[in-house]
Amino acid sequence: MTAAVFFGCAFIAFGPALALYIFTIATEPLRVIFLIIGAFFWLVSLLFSSLFWFMARTITDNKDGPIQKYLLILGVLVSVLIQEMFRFMYYKLLKKASEGLKSINPDETAPSMRLLAYVSGLGFGIMSGVFAFVNTLSDSLGPGTVGIHGDSPQFFLNSAFMTLVIILLHVFWGIIFFDGCEKKKWSALLVVLLTHLLVSALTFISPHYGINLVSTYIIMVLMGIWAFFVAGGSCRSLKFCLLCQDKDFLLFNQRSR
Amino acid sequence: MIFPSRDFKVLSGFSSDLEARGVLCSPEPGTPQGRAMLTFMASDSEEEVCDERTSLMSAESPPPRCCQEARQGLEDGENAAQWRSQDSEEDLDDADRYVCSGVPGQPLGLEEELTLKYGAKHVIMLFVPVTLCMIVVVATIKSVRFYTEKNGQLPYGAGREQSLQPAISLSIYTPFTEDTPSVGQRLLNSVLNTLIMISVIVAMTIFLVVLYKYRCYKFIHGWLIMSSLMLLFLFTYIYLGEVLKTYNVAMDYPTLFLTVWNFGAVGMVCIHWKGPLVLQQAYLIMISALMALVFIKYLPEWSAWVILGAISVYDLVAVLCPKGPLRMLVETAQERNEPIFPALIYSSAMVWTVGMAKLDPSSQGALQLPYDPEMEDSYDSFGEPSYPEVFEPPLPGSPEGELEEEEERGVKLGLGDFIFYSVLVGKAAATGSGDWNTTLACFVAILIGLCLTLLLLAVFKKALPALPISITFGLIFYFSTDNLVRPFMDTLASHQLYI
Repeated sequence: MTAAVFFGCAFIAFGPALALYIFTIATEPLRVIFLIIGAFFWLVSLLFSSLFWFMARTITDNKDGPIQKYLLILGVLVSVLIQEMFRFMYYKLLKKASEGLKSINPDETAPSMRLLAYVSGLGFGIMSGVFAFVNTLSDSLGPGTVGIHGDSPQFFLNSAFMTLVIILLHVFWGIIFFDGCEKKKWSALLVVLLTHLLVSALTFISPHYGINLVSTYIIMVLMGIWAFFVAGGSCRSLKFCLLCQDKDFLLFNQRSR
Repeated sequence: MIFPSRDFKVLSGFSSDLEARGVLCSPEPGTPQGRAMLTFMASDSEEEVCDERTSLMSAESPPPRCCQEARQGLEDGENAAQWRSQDSEEDLDDADRYVCSGVPGQPLGLEEELTLKYGAKHVIMLFVPVTLCMIVVVATIKSVRFYTEKNGQLPYGAGREQSLQPAISLSIYTPFTEDTPSVGQRLLNSVLNTLIMISVIVAMTIFLVVLYKYRCYKFIHGWLIMSSLMLLFLFTYIYLGEVLKTYNVAMDYPTLFLTVWNFGAVGMVCIHWKGPLVLQQAYLIMISALMALVFIKYLPEWSAWVILGAISVYDLVAVLCPKGPLRMLVETAQERNEPIFPALIYSSAMVWTVGMAKLDPSSQGALQLPYDPEMEDSYDSFGEPSYPEVFEPPLPGSPEGELEEEEERGVKLGLGDFIFYSVLVGKAAATGSGDWNTTLACFVAILIGLCLTLLLLAVFKKALPALPISITFGLIFYFSTDNLVRPFMDTLASHQLYI
């Protein structure tokens, strides 16, 4: 497979996340640290999910057949649950850290919970996307023909787009989840969990890429809109931003004079 | 082996020593006193001296109190609170003790906040070089076959002679082969190899402590120079040869010698004498990567893992036990009021001007300490006392208000830590079955370990080794990812399921 496939898929999958990282996270050391800790939490959740799946497999003595498929499905669903649990634990940790900071220094210089929600979501997303896709990506540099046995030739593209949508979804889920925790709106948490389960379940119909991918993107757009409003955006501020009339833009223009 | 890093206490008193090295102090912006930053050092603690400013300061104002602390990011507020209370307690300590304090008159909260903010920055200043070193090692491992081949299987005859030399010297330390039929025998052999290696390390450390005690500075210095010569020339030559072979690029000997000569000569100058900070950092990262690659190639598989574990334990013991060699070294240096010159320190010092006329305009820059790349030892080496010092922040009582200049001390991390972190990640890249997940998991684990170590330093404020936590996390994540996560993720990927 060609270098074009490699670079194309790499940038499709990780381009937006990289852009988000460079423009919003890389400048502030504290955010980088929180990002890495978020990635670590996701990693630990993956570890526990793998442990569960491994134990389930050894209990059923590794027999081949439909039971392996069911175990895999169960493993995926349990993994989603564990990931959301770890998101909650990360929320608790950040809350404690924020409170500790506030008690020391009442001036609001610590990152706000919303920012931490975004950073943690991005951390989860990046780690999740990387783990899902990087092996596939490195295989795409090697020799081979995609779909030679009748599978879809769009394997790499599909995986890349799926990875992208998962990363963005994690960002939005993080924002919504933390906001739900802050305002004690447990329904938000439930919705996040359910949509995550839905997205993972949609991938079970894997060979039918169209349905899978399109519905996941629809969910992502919905989540994105919800996260936008939860994070404090409004139609008005969006309009100002798009028409370059928002405060930051105006101030910036003033300065250059 | 290189020692794991430790931090150390700042001692006051010898500030007039321009040649004091290893300043840990990292002043907060706007705060005149330096706050010592966490410094990780290669061999052991170094005294942090808030230098001549201190002596000048003590004449007219209360001694600046620097203490070294890790400024962990805002992650753990309780620690910061604890730090703050400790700080106020120690306020009235004897003048020999550097204690963090703020500018008199400034609200302590503001300082703390600035402290914490700069703490995060220093953590990132450690993350970046560690990441770079790991990237170099992983990129080499994944592309140049040489470093993953076992000793006897070199594809090119020409490289055989060169590569045999390190192989021979390392195999002296790991004589028990791992080509045994049974698992138990292999495990036993690796444990024995580890014991030999660790005892060599202990012996070398003690030897160095003895040398230091009897003030044989010239000997140590000469040893260091020889080691860095070997590393910068021989290992670079081998590395370059292998890279050229991998990419099938022809290079004639004159060009090769010119390249290696320039590289090595500039490296010697940068590391042992003066040079631009960035260049020195780059050289230190490169030699750490080279060292790590040598270890990855020449240590047998299982022995390498056991050695990693054992050296973390040894580091813990050597730094924290009262009779540990490294601790004794520190204490000796403290008794003599001398700074200890660690073998290798990566310094990310960023110093801006202070503007105090009477203070010596100490030059920029990093501590440039000679590197001791000897495979068989390289513990403490003591650097030259004539290196430029990192500047101290202005006095608190300074009338002109020149305290507004933002100053930052860099953080320092011992090259031994770089090397062992890179060995772990490189081994994960080499032995995993082409699996990137394992490598990434180890990478994240090591970074988190580094964060935690800095946090602990903020809590305990005493010399702590930097290896144990990171290596423990790295090892746990390596084995668990390789055995548990990899099958799971592979199965998911083959069915195109996403979690």
